[in-house]
Amino acid sequence: MQNALAQVIGPVADHDPTGLLSLIPLGDTFRYYSVTGSVREETADNYRLSVSGLVDHPATYSISDLKALPQTSLIQDFQCVTGWHVPGVHWAGVQLSVLLEKAAPAKQARAVRFTSFDGTYTESLTLAEARRPDVMVALEMLGAPVTHDHGGPVRMYAGSMYGYKSTKWLSGIELAETETPGYWETRGYDIDGIIRE
Amino acid sequence: MTSTESSGNNTARPTPSAPESTSASVPRFSRAERMIHRTTAILMTVCILTAAVLYNGSIAVPVGHRHLIELIHVYCGFALPIPMLLGILSFAYRADLRRLGRFTPADRRWLRTRTRRDGTITVGKFNAGQKLNASLASGSILVLLGTGVLMYFVKLAPLPWRSGATFVHDWFSLALGLLVVGHVIFALKDPEARRGMRTGSVSRAWARTEHAGWLHDLESAAATESAAEVPEK
Repeated sequence: MQNALAQVIGPVADHDPTGLLSLIPLGDTFRYYSVTGSVREETADNYRLSVSGLVDHPATYSISDLKALPQTSLIQDFQCVTGWHVPGVHWAGVQLSVLLEKAAPAKQARAVRFTSFDGTYTESLTLAEARRPDVMVALEMLGAPVTHDHGGPVRMYAGSMYGYKSTKWLSGIELAETETPGYWETRGYDIDGIIRE
Repeated sequence: MTSTESSGNNTARPTPSAPESTSASVPRFSRAERMIHRTTAILMTVCILTAAVLYNGSIAVPVGHRHLIELIHVYCGFALPIPMLLGILSFAYRADLRRLGRFTPADRRWLRTRTRRDGTITVGKFNAGQKLNASLASGSILVLLGTGVLMYFVKLAPLPWRSGATFVHDWFSLALGLLVVGHVIFALKDPEARRGMRTGSVSRAWARTEHAGWLHDLESAAATESAAEVPEK
């Protein structure tokens, strides 16, 4: 029933001149989460991503640095833990494992922590999770550069995990010995965000 | 009213129609009912405003603070049925609940006809539209509460349940939102109805036009009462 409705309403919403339909929940659409007040817009020119912590080669990447690395793309669902999901989202960027490889994690490193330039959001993955092929530093989603509302210019996409594992407005990647409970995890969600159902 | 009315020159004795001439207003809602309405209205407004932030990306991103907005929404949602449940303690509220829950053949005719406001069909304390609104709103609130619990306590149910709950919650909230908008529009068009909910009483003239059946019952009850006060001959 949900799919049938989405199929009927989706095309109607696409051609709705008033834009009113986009204001109401129509099934398979993104809902935009921000946990702080307004998040500053980061231009592609000024953006920097730092890789630090328990690594032999800490580094800072600009967008063009990231674009110069091997790119990957995949089509995969975005699933929120509360239930909503968006099927078949196109994601493109750099596999996190590529950045980790270049940083050369120290022996005792077991976890990867993420920070956001919203100043509040944090997340972490185990090193094993971080090396999965569907975990990427995303530069594009839905066939275009990641927009500000979607967490652009650069965000995480942790495929096969709930949406809260995919940090928006990504600013830092830090190798550590253990995972730290992230923003939503201190508010009740499991640190293990892998979708098993 | 009754045949005693014709003995108008007998001023020493109160007649059954006395209440009609003495008071221009009739009591419609008790203090408890008005408090229930007021708190429910506030909680519902907060739920709707926070829902708008949670659902709508163009509001959600500038406002941010998702967790706070979510908490306000969820706790106002949990609190929403409480005033109505406490209302069970009030006699007047229980009586009005019984009236709202009773759909008669006349109500069905009222809903079907276009001339429902001309007074041909006698309307009691609540018209069929108000009864329908009450049933749909309270039913939707229960559905939203149930699905909201599943969405908020993510460990209660497996993912397919949460997806289903989100879907149902989305559409019921939209429907209830429209119902509330309709309710407010009707209220805006009728100052006397608003006065009834604000002060507790309405004019006798308004009651006669909008709820003749109810006014008739009130007047007969008053008549019986004042007739009982008449000393036995």
